[in-house]
Amino acid sequence: MSELASSLEAVTRIAREVSAQHAESVDREARFPTETVDALKKAKLLSALVPQKMGGLGCGMLELATMCETLGTACSSSAMVFAMHQIQVASILRHAAHQTYYKNYLTELVEKQPLIASATSEVGIGGEMRTSKCAVQRDAGDRFLLEKDCSTISYGAQADDVLLQARRHSEAAPNDQIFVLVRKPECTLEQKGAWDTLGMRGTCSPPFSLRATGVVDQIFETPFSDVASETQVPFSHVLWSNVWLGIATGAVARARAFVRQQARSKPGTVPPTALRLAEASSMLQTMRTNVHDVSTESDRLMRDETQGTAALSSISFALKINNLKVSSSQLVVQIVNHALSICGILGYKNDSKVSVGRHLRDAHSAALMVGNDRIYATNASMLLVLKDD
Amino acid sequence: MNPTDQIRAILKEHARLAVDVATLSDDSDLYEAGMTSHASVNVMLALEGTFDVEFPDRMLRRGVFGSLASIRAAILELTQGATTEAAQ
Repeated sequence: MSELASSLEAVTRIAREVSAQHAESVDREARFPTETVDALKKAKLLSALVPQKMGGLGCGMLELATMCETLGTACSSSAMVFAMHQIQVASILRHAAHQTYYKNYLTELVEKQPLIASATSEVGIGGEMRTSKCAVQRDAGDRFLLEKDCSTISYGAQADDVLLQARRHSEAAPNDQIFVLVRKPECTLEQKGAWDTLGMRGTCSPPFSLRATGVVDQIFETPFSDVASETQVPFSHVLWSNVWLGIATGAVARARAFVRQQARSKPGTVPPTALRLAEASSMLQTMRTNVHDVSTESDRLMRDETQGTAALSSISFALKINNLKVSSSQLVVQIVNHALSICGILGYKNDSKVSVGRHLRDAHSAALMVGNDRIYATNASMLLVLKDD
Repeated sequence: MNPTDQIRAILKEHARLAVDVATLSDDSDLYEAGMTSHASVNVMLALEGTFDVEFPDRMLRRGVFGSLASIRAAILELTQGATTEAAQ
């Protein structure tokens, strides 16, 4: 078996044997999916994207996407934590791997499997990732201090390191941003609130006040605007959509089991719920085709060393990747809702084998993590100049 | 007004820069000077209106609108293309 196939196999096994077993308690107790993340670390999957010649598994965006979907069928929070970590790894690999500091960090990533969180949200900027209030404060030597009030940091308390954006210096414009990795030993995170939410409870994403120091070598030479448009946004929307596809698939699997059970109790008659299931199956196919299509195109552009960067920073691609996010975040809710209507009261109950309450609650986070209205507003503005020629 | 001055006037009105346009050189990075993606769309619209051109999608990239010089090169390419077409 090839290394890639065995990596996918490992994720399938972790999803089934670990994530699915603990999904309910992770959700109920709003606790971090420690078991899954430990298993992923043990299988060296936190460095899955790192090329094989550097000791990683050599996976690409598409393999990662499949892994997110697989984990998503079992435990949405585990899948989302995995997805968010990989987005950070991709940013380092694609934009900072040439810097000595990050060459060494990638070696450490392979050996020690640190979990990387992202602190891209900031209090008082209205959810706009491309502007910052906080700024890097450099001393006379080669060190910096960074203080940021974050409205949310997913698994901030559990992460080993944190990536975040800030203004280049105290006089810089709000969108003149750099990206920097800060290390937990040099970083204090003061939790400023709780994470008691409707869904995605295991991502443990409360607000934090972050205060970190480091050496200037930790700052990406590439401006954050390029990291955002060429990697953070496409990777986020592709991996998130695959997590949501997993949630939808998981809910439909329960609905299918329910309908089969009904059919077996009365052979010869097609249960009325089968019609609903046929609808859900069609919706799921629409979602899957869209997710796979845009994932495949993004993966191709990520690998294209000559034309890829220009294409990734084009308005037409930004529109497409944004459309993927809004459409899959809406479809996942519709599909899980359908699964609920099929399973009826048994789907509504939390203690039944075909319960889809957790799926539905988790699915509702999709439209909110980067609000769909914000994305539609961006698309509306881009459509004023795009010709589709 | 020459094209460079026209572009500067458009940037002054629509780019919402954090600094005075007059202080920027032809190669200064407009994004670093505070132009957001949203503002850049307004700059594109104003350029299309002023120069009576349409930017094809292949030009709708961050790099093309990143500096005064790159904007001027794009406008020049489009207007010269139009001249050639009219001459045929």
